Amino acid sequence: MSSESARRILGRLAVLTALLLVRATCADVLPDDRADLFYSKYSGGGMDITGESVLVRKKFTENFAVEGSYFIDKVSGASIDVLSQASQIKDERKQKTLTVEYLHDKTSYTASFVNSDERDYRSSTTSVSLKQDMFGDLTTLSLAFANTTDVVGENNGTAFVPNVAWLGHAQSRSYDVDVSQIVTKNFIAGVNFNVITDQGDLANPYRSVRYLDPQNPKGYSLGSQVYPDTRTSTAVQIEGKYYLPYRAALTASYRYFHDTWSIVGNTYELDYTHPISNIWILEGRLRYYKQNHADFYSDLFAYADEYRFEARDQDLAAQDNYMIGAKVTYAFLPDGWKMFKRATATFDVSRITFHYLDFRDIKYFGVPQYLPGDEPLYQFNATVYQIYMSMFF
Amino acid sequence: MHRLRPALLAACVLMTAACSSIQPWVKPYERDRLADPIMAWDRDAISSAYLDHIRESREGSRGASGSAGGGCGCN
Repeated sequence: MSSESARRILGRLAVLTALLLVRATCADVLPDDRADLFYSKYSGGGMDITGESVLVRKKFTENFAVEGSYFIDKVSGASIDVLSQASQIKDERKQKTLTVEYLHDKTSYTASFVNSDERDYRSSTTSVSLKQDMFGDLTTLSLAFANTTDVVGENNGTAFVPNVAWLGHAQSRSYDVDVSQIVTKNFIAGVNFNVITDQGDLANPYRSVRYLDPQNPKGYSLGSQVYPDTRTSTAVQIEGKYYLPYRAALTASYRYFHDTWSIVGNTYELDYTHPISNIWILEGRLRYYKQNHADFYSDLFAYADEYRFEARDQDLAAQDNYMIGAKVTYAFLPDGWKMFKRATATFDVSRITFHYLDFRDIKYFGVPQYLPGDEPLYQFNATVYQIYMSMFF
Repeated sequence: MHRLRPALLAACVLMTAACSSIQPWVKPYERDRLADPIMAWDRDAISSAYLDHIRESREGSRGASGSAGGGCGCN
């Protein structure tokens, strides 16, 4: 690091330290204790995924709370890639999370551990964060760091007789700075800045590249993806939330994303929340996302090993998608019941339409009317249902 | 070192300002609307994390929108 950079960083640290030393005038409180039961179902692109989760959050003192959650995903079916080269899949993912939070005056400190376990993928994340209210509680600053270690495998067997080969490791580090600002008595704004660095085995082993091959009756053959072993991404999101005159809220956000694989993504979201007589809360949301492809992505390479790095993972293809969603929350037990102060039940449904701009639907392979590279572009719709109950005590 | 001085000066000013307590332009008694649950950034963290996980499993972008959980979403 140059001395110039070191000075610049020292300067920023000095300002940051000063911000954190701002004294508080009165203490904050931790959120209410709560328990959530959650069910979800995702259907789309040939896959069905059901999820069940339970979350419990409990304050042990006025300053110290513990939160634990357990989530299980059950996957059946197979995506377009799996259909084009392998048998269908059946798998499940179990995720456990433990979070502790300590509040001192205007500052809250959080430490969290997440463990996710699949038959062919294991992931552990440790994170710490700090949140500080300042300037008469008009501004909230949050800083967070997370370290994730993954073990990447591939199931070379079948859905029912697995044969997992462990391929390697990946490590990811995430740095977050988040500022939330009260602007007027009706308007709050936020900025979130995030940097993630990865290294290790970053390629998805279930995806393959394809290249022209005159010797193959299909006109192409499949080969292994080769990814760079590092990636750094930067994302900035700005958002605003406005309280409308008739008690409703309008939220708008925009996120810009860029990474060292030359992916640029833009996300736009709009959310409208409308309560009815303290019993119902209705919410509608729209989201639009667009990205270009990674610089080493191609749907069809000219020949085997054309480039040093090659990918044909649909996540890295140029794409856009639209999401429309609706949520209804019903509040019950307004006077409490036994240990519970109140409770809510929520139903949420989202419809997402994915369009790929340079990823072709090769499950048509072998059909004579499509030459390699002339297949229709891939697109699919997905529906996501969520039902959950939250009890506050 | 001279490049560092403005930053240190700003830090000192902020620290001094902290001692004299900054007067908020939106008073605490004017924040009833902002305290309404519909104005929370994230009313249901478990639901938001689930939707983020779905998106991050299918898009190249990630980060700056909350926690997305672990796993690869490979298939």
